[in-house]
Amino acid sequence: MRIGVLALQGAFREHMMTLEALGVTGVAVRQPEQLGDLNGLIIPGGESTAISKLMKTYRFYDPIRQHHGAGMAIWGTCAGAILIAKQVLDALPDQESLGVMDITVRRNAYGRQVDSFEADLDFRHIPDGEFRGVFIRAPWIETLGEGVEELASHGGHIVAARQGDLLATAFHPELTGDPRIHRFFLDEVVAS
Amino acid sequence: MSENANVSTGTLRVKTGLAEMLKGGVIMDVVTPEQAKLAEDAGAVAVMALERVPADIRAAGGVARMADPTIVEAIVGSVSIPVMAKCRIGHFVEAQVLQSLGVDYLDESEVLTPADEQYHVNKWDFQIPFVCGCRNLGEALRRISEGAAMVRTKGEPGTGNVVEAVRHMRTVTDEIAWVAGVRKEQLFDAAKQLGAPYELVRWVHDNGKLPVVNFSAGGIATPADAALMMQLGCDGVFVGSGIFKSGDPAKRAKAIVEATTHFEDADIIARVSRDLGEAMVGINISDIPDSERMQERGW
Repeated sequence: MRIGVLALQGAFREHMMTLEALGVTGVAVRQPEQLGDLNGLIIPGGESTAISKLMKTYRFYDPIRQHHGAGMAIWGTCAGAILIAKQVLDALPDQESLGVMDITVRRNAYGRQVDSFEADLDFRHIPDGEFRGVFIRAPWIETLGEGVEELASHGGHIVAARQGDLLATAFHPELTGDPRIHRFFLDEVVAS
Repeated sequence: MSENANVSTGTLRVKTGLAEMLKGGVIMDVVTPEQAKLAEDAGAVAVMALERVPADIRAAGGVARMADPTIVEAIVGSVSIPVMAKCRIGHFVEAQVLQSLGVDYLDESEVLTPADEQYHVNKWDFQIPFVCGCRNLGEALRRISEGAAMVRTKGEPGTGNVVEAVRHMRTVTDEIAWVAGVRKEQLFDAAKQLGAPYELVRWVHDNGKLPVVNFSAGGIATPADAALMMQLGCDGVFVGSGIFKSGDPAKRAKAIVEATTHFEDADIIARVSRDLGEAMVGINISDIPDSERMQERGW
């Protein structure tokens, strides 16, 4: 199984390390040609504006959409969840999204860094359900389209969802050292 | 679960986590909302809200303090990326004020005139994270023990001369390699030599790296400078005077962002380095009197 991690900016190394702990060697993707034979792509947390500008300059948008259409699963964490959403609220007017997942995401929904937090979540479909969510200037998922399953919520807002071979989390499993959501992505989302 | 979600804010993980999200990115000094917008459009991961960039602070002389709250607030309101601001070393009230203005990260910075020549701010007291400067491993670990969630090598701010940034980055890297290589029974002595807490020195020994994200700062003026610091092992770069003291700030800012992402790709660095217009005029470190070297501030 070949899993790529978009390595333009942000916490891509932490995803690679978590994959490594699960016995999967991640590919640090810096150019669209590297998407070639990937079974799955993780778009990490970082600054969504910075990542989207680099994606535009290095022409990632169409190749990612095409590879997703051809069967490549995608998981977006935080900024990554913003980048895969069909609709984004509170984004810069020119911020382009991949628009592959039928969710509406609100950027910086919880506020500034002083409002960043950790909380226990009930995450469906992982062993022992409870997962420590780390939310950093995080978005939340405001609405789900048809066929999108809610996987976790916090304080009345959806913070994780799945639509077929697409996974979105508003928080950062890669900062916890707990690989269960990575395992879920590999076993359930990529393999689907 | 929702009744008892065990929510906590201001934790070390939340503080260091934001620094993790900035990695591989460029943090730019700005003095107006317009500059902040330009930085955001160029792909900066954060901006540093200032009253004057380091080169102008250096030129003006006198006492340099926290920026006017009006400027900080205007910049906070103008962009959607994180905003940082600088307080003087040891000036915990400036830090309290900046936290109350809604900034996302505090820089306890040697660019401003120190307010305390013995003690730094107790950074554990704050909800928002701090970044602090360092010239070597001991200084980095002292700041981390005071609660810094991110460090940056100091370089020599406002010079457009990368030589001190390189010196400090190499020193930190060499000292990490040294600590990682000594035997367990030598660690206490290493801690004494570094002037750093034993527990942190042991952590570096066990892990072979710093416990927090480390950016490079102080003299980066070109895309190649940024890529040089990345190849030397830093996690990202601060560019202060280098952008807005140059001929074409928008183009240079974007070029430095691209060079920081593709720091190992010389073809890309070559392409983005073309036709950037005038770079900031640099200063030779030997031309700066010892008393005006900002890197000597902080202990």
